[in-house]
Amino acid sequence: MNYNWNWKIFWDPVAAGKGVYWEWLVSGLAWTLATGLLAWIIALLIGVVIGVVRTTPLKWLVVLGNAWVELFRNIPLLVQMFLWYFVLPEFLPFGLGTAMKQMDPPWATFLPAVLCLGLYTSARVAEQVKAGIQSLPRGQTLAGTALGLTMTQTYRYVTLPMAFRIVIPPLTSEFMNIIKNTSVALTIGLLELTQRARDMSEYTFQTFEAFTAATVLYIAVTLIVVYGMRRLEKKIQVPGFIGTGGQGAGR
Amino acid sequence: MGAFDFDVIQRALPFMWKGLQFSVQLTLVAMAGGIVLGTLLAMMRLSSHKLLNLPAAVYVNGIRSIPLVLVIFWFYFLVPLILQSVMGASSPVHVGAEKSALITFILFQAAYYSEIMRAGIQSVSRGQVSAAYALGLTYFQSMGQVVLPQAFRNMIPILLTQTIVLFQDTSLVYVLSITDLLGAAVKTAQRDGRLIEMYLFVALIYFILSYTLSELVKRLQTKVAVIR
Repeated sequence: MNYNWNWKIFWDPVAAGKGVYWEWLVSGLAWTLATGLLAWIIALLIGVVIGVVRTTPLKWLVVLGNAWVELFRNIPLLVQMFLWYFVLPEFLPFGLGTAMKQMDPPWATFLPAVLCLGLYTSARVAEQVKAGIQSLPRGQTLAGTALGLTMTQTYRYVTLPMAFRIVIPPLTSEFMNIIKNTSVALTIGLLELTQRARDMSEYTFQTFEAFTAATVLYIAVTLIVVYGMRRLEKKIQVPGFIGTGGQGAGR
Repeated sequence: MGAFDFDVIQRALPFMWKGLQFSVQLTLVAMAGGIVLGTLLAMMRLSSHKLLNLPAAVYVNGIRSIPLVLVIFWFYFLVPLILQSVMGASSPVHVGAEKSALITFILFQAAYYSEIMRAGIQSVSRGQVSAAYALGLTYFQSMGQVVLPQAFRNMIPILLTQTIVLFQDTSLVYVLSITDLLGAAVKTAQRDGRLIEMYLFVALIYFILSYTLSELVKRLQTKVAVIR
């Protein structure tokens, strides 16, 4: 392989603009994390509500929840990204649409990216939450009702506290997905980690070094999140009920 | 925004049909290659030999922790260099974006299919393997004739669901300017200046295809379920 290795490239000043190349990558990582975290908050809030709603006996709410999940699950993320960025502003009231298009550079792509990722992931969170609730034995809900709790109280004090613990592992992998999926936003111009690595490779031709650095950063984020979630899981586990990784549920 | 222009969609249909054909081709090739390679990776990971399970684990976990977009860029850059050293050529071998995408998707999907196949192999009870060995079958005979057929059957719905995800993921070849289904829509949209019509239309096609396929998988799931 004829390749000119140059691992010192990260400390070289950027050809156009200020700073050095590693600063590009770090700022890319910062945008990746900011987009992912903000979208994750939206995804959790909406996803939990939709997931819970789909397990209730209220028919029209179940239908609505199912429609939401099918809509966001069956269109590729990239297409959804384009819809938020190119199509949505045209359907908003004139002033709002123009305002959305004319925001300052990072925000005009950041906002659609966050909304797109948030809603896309909310459908996936909803699936996990629903599966978590349904994995609980029916007896729990029945016992709650037998004790005279209302439906809301049964959810609040019986089903949800257990279900949330069960869905932590699958939600951890959804969180990893949202971090990875932020890279799709480079198609609408968000300067996140993958785009920064690509820019660096185009400016310097040190593609191998740039991509390796991005890969290492993504893997580091994965490891930190997995470690953190494992500790959280241990900390909130109910003694004698749920073992590690959600096993033993339904005993 | 002017009136919704259906005419532009109609004119784009033949071009988009070509794009869809590429998307489907990419999906099928990546599925076939990914399942074969993924099964091998799964067998490696389940082996007790460090030299076999460690590289497989590193590959699968590595690929799964970086974004597909980055993987696409990685292979677009690496494939010519790897081919050069394999074939002993004097300069990087140009394979073109389409072939590069095919290779990328096979290798990327192999990591995901391997996790499914690993679960599938583990879902076959230990006794089956012991029985196969007791009958005097070798490792490959017992895998090929006892374990894998059952593992596949157990995992068919999940393998197919992953394939629907893969079909949606193929839209990401957009970053290599390939004319797949989405690529065709984007190119038409930009040429004719009709972004809204084209993007909504392509979203509708993806939705109809993915939704129909996932309903079929759901129906299949109840049919192939093994009664234990």
